[in-house]
Amino acid sequence: MPSENALLEEFAQREYQHGFVTDIEADAIAPGLSEDVVRLISGKKNEPEWLLQWRLKAYRHWLTMEEPKWHNVKYPAIDYQESIYYSAPKQQVKLNSLDEVNPRLLETYEKLGIPLEEQKALAGVAVDAVFDSVSITTTYREALEKHGVIFGPFSEAVHRYPELVKKYLGSVIPYSDNFFAALNSAVFSDGSFCYIPKGVRCPLELSTYFRINAQNTGQFERTLIIAEEGSYVSYLEGCTAPKRDENQLHAAVVELVAMEDAQIKYSTVQNWYPGDANGKGGIYNFVTKRGACRGDNSKISWTQVETGSAITWKYPSVILQGDNSVGEFYSVAVTANHQQADTGSKMIHIGKNTKSTIISKGISAGVGQNNYRGQVKVMKGATNARNFSQCDSLLIGDRCGAHTFPYIEVRNSTAKVEHEASTSKVGEDQIYYLRQRGLPTEDAVNMIVNGFCKEVYDVLPMEFAVEARKLLSVSLEGSVG
Amino acid sequence: MLEIKNLHARSEDREILRGINLSVGAGEVHAIMGPNGSGKSTLAHVLAGREDYEVTEGEILYEGKDLLGMEIEERAAEGVFLAYQYPVEISGVSNKYFLKAALNAIRKYHGHPLVSRAEFVELLKENIKLLGMDKNMMDRSVNEGFSGGEKKRNEILQMAMLQPKLAILDETDSGLDIDALKVVADGVNSLRSPERAIIVVTHYQRLLDYIVPDYVHVLAEGKIVRSGDKSLALELEDKGYAFLQTDSEPATAN
Repeated sequence: MPSENALLEEFAQREYQHGFVTDIEADAIAPGLSEDVVRLISGKKNEPEWLLQWRLKAYRHWLTMEEPKWHNVKYPAIDYQESIYYSAPKQQVKLNSLDEVNPRLLETYEKLGIPLEEQKALAGVAVDAVFDSVSITTTYREALEKHGVIFGPFSEAVHRYPELVKKYLGSVIPYSDNFFAALNSAVFSDGSFCYIPKGVRCPLELSTYFRINAQNTGQFERTLIIAEEGSYVSYLEGCTAPKRDENQLHAAVVELVAMEDAQIKYSTVQNWYPGDANGKGGIYNFVTKRGACRGDNSKISWTQVETGSAITWKYPSVILQGDNSVGEFYSVAVTANHQQADTGSKMIHIGKNTKSTIISKGISAGVGQNNYRGQVKVMKGATNARNFSQCDSLLIGDRCGAHTFPYIEVRNSTAKVEHEASTSKVGEDQIYYLRQRGLPTEDAVNMIVNGFCKEVYDVLPMEFAVEARKLLSVSLEGSVG
Repeated sequence: MLEIKNLHARSEDREILRGINLSVGAGEVHAIMGPNGSGKSTLAHVLAGREDYEVTEGEILYEGKDLLGMEIEERAAEGVFLAYQYPVEISGVSNKYFLKAALNAIRKYHGHPLVSRAEFVELLKENIKLLGMDKNMMDRSVNEGFSGGEKKRNEILQMAMLQPKLAILDETDSGLDIDALKVVADGVNSLRSPERAIIVVTHYQRLLDYIVPDYVHVLAEGKIVRSGDKSLALELEDKGYAFLQTDSEPATAN
């Protein structure tokens, strides 16, 4: 094992290559993944033995797995030994002022209407002592605690509510589920833990912004949400500001559990760095998200607006176990420039009288490639299952692509499964018409695109809906003409 | 208001307009008639600025300004309006939303204050009544599920809302039954004003019974071959376009 000094030097050099000013702490580890690294991560968080063992089992299983290749996205092979799997939060690079931030990034923040102090925080600029994010978080948590709602960092929940974590971790997505879930289970950094007690309707929309260290949770985020009988929670993940990260692979895992009569609404707005205009750099967003409607009459809704990342690969799904349970998936995925997406949903109907809805809107521009991949599975005992799937693709320009891969498997003859698909091009005619009424081209395209996405916007929490519109127009800038 | 001088325009492979000369003054209604393929619609679209057409020669002065040098949305903001022959549908965008956005885009261009919600609602109500439209249509997506007649009415509604200086109606009568035609014509007539010029492109004389023109021009093979007053339209209806062959001579309008 190289001396601490040698490690620091290596780390310092790596950072210099990117032109940042470094702030070195003694907490650096070398790139690479091994059982030692897993132990190190677990040790740094003071995790109980059962969790370390779980991580190790996941890691060992990961070693036996092969990276899946059935996707319709292209990327150069990932060297798993090249990433740094642990990075202490203090290591985050600090710039001295907004002047040092890429002006294009600042331009985007302005367009999205982000207040100055938040801009600093997002760009990694040292924040003034005056901007006290901790006090905002505290007030928020107090309001929740009054209702018995637990919402905090996953790492904290491991210590405060070990029984809950132990019971549900891996219950919806076992580490053996897929390659990236196994990797995540071995090296997950942190995430959210949320528990809503019986009969409680969570009084506030839970937003990841209010979680301490929201921006430092790193590449392998792990989130677990449990809604007890008769409870309700609306959870907002992400933010509209583009975030850069040295690490390219982001493989998060999100598990949702809804008991009888409970409802979970999970909304995501994702705008990770998509890479430059030539397709270089950009984040790989390979996520496993799944909700289990364990109880009768339960409901889980996934709503997502994905405009960032070089590659988005995710299928937020719902397992409809309880009778009369409902699963919903509403998505807008944008691929502009060189972005690629392979996204969709899986709805597994197990209980009786279950219902699922999939509305997917894909927008491609530039040389972007957008894939919808969905699976509707009706198991033998799933009497009276109902599914409605609609996947619409919108093409802007003539070099992009939209592809659809629906999988429908029905094993019960009382099922009703409907699938509709449409592909359209942003018509020259439509743009001409809108321009002739006084709207400049960009505004015309935005209007058409937003009209296309309306069905999904209508189900987004209001603040996200407003941001989503702005976000889409920023993402599609320069795609026309 | 509008001076077209020796306008030549082509689309892809062929020349369609071959030297159009036309003058339109404020307060006037000009009808442009002609057989299929004569270039009537092309002229309408060239005025609007459609990018599929290339102007190879000539100039167009609108209020003394070079119209050809202006972008489509600029022309619109300066008061040029085209009522389309085939209005497109825009899914997910309500008529109301679209109208307000258009109105504001034009106001913004002129540095005027944006229209308030109350003002807009009042304006819309008035004009819907004028055109005998159902106010529920305003919440529907632009032209989506509209019948031919409803689409044409929607065009005139937009014209009423945007108050253009130069309105070009491209075969506004096509696909309309008599009743719809009357409503549309009434709407257009109510928008006549000394400050406004209207160009009506049409195949048939019938529309001109309702929107009575001050001048009628006949377009054939890319040129205006004959100009006259409203009686010319009646003559055409009687004799057909063929009679112009014997009597033809490129003429300058007015």
